[in-house]
Amino acid sequence: MATKTSARVRVPPKAKKDEIIEVKTLVSHEMESGVRKDASGKIVPRDIINTFTAAFNGAVVFEADWFPSISANPYQAFFFKAKESGEFTFTWKDDNGQETTAKAKLEVA
Amino acid sequence: VVALTPRLAFAKPEEVKAEIDKLYGAREMTTGKLKLDMPEIAENGLVVPINIEVESPMTEADYVKSVSVFAEGNPFPRVLTYRFTPACGRAAASLRMRLAQTQNVIAVAETSTGQLYTARSEVKVTIGGCGG
Repeated sequence: MATKTSARVRVPPKAKKDEIIEVKTLVSHEMESGVRKDASGKIVPRDIINTFTAAFNGAVVFEADWFPSISANPYQAFFFKAKESGEFTFTWKDDNGQETTAKAKLEVA
Repeated sequence: VVALTPRLAFAKPEEVKAEIDKLYGAREMTTGKLKLDMPEIAENGLVVPINIEVESPMTEADYVKSVSVFAEGNPFPRVLTYRFTPACGRAAASLRMRLAQTQNVIAVAETSTGQLYTARSEVKVTIGGCGG
């Protein structure tokens, strides 16, 4: 995909110890399924984000493998149990090897 | 001849079953602990919300390792696979998917202790969301 992807994440900035928080993410991507035809009748090649990874302080906590049934501009929400302060790193990888990353800090009181 | 033509046909229930057998073997699955929450009617098949939740203590000794979702009426049977860890606290996730037509969506969860749970949701689609 020629256009640059951008990501948005929503994490509560603060949490109590052992509180379970919801992490919401959104990334811009066409998620071209590989079954669609263009105006001339040719199949548009598949280009989707195939992996989403969420890590906290360097350790992977949640991962998703995506297939062409995932909607364009994928939204993904999941949960995380706050234990210590730190930083999330979110990574999206597409079929062309393009990587998009985002970070979010969490303070645990 | 069939194998050489581009794949534009829709997946079939048998293909979903074959995919599940390939991933999990022909193991016993129970219902109840896995909830697959989807709308009964989706007006726009391009963005159909799904919520998945598995009842689990999510401790190191007993947690949900993975959840996979399959679609019986989309071009490809597999939709996604999630890998959870005890750090998640809750084995739950939500996202939006495409549905090409009215069909069953099936989820399978596997716990760290080897239990398999399954759930199914039938969604009626007014405007399909694949191909285009």
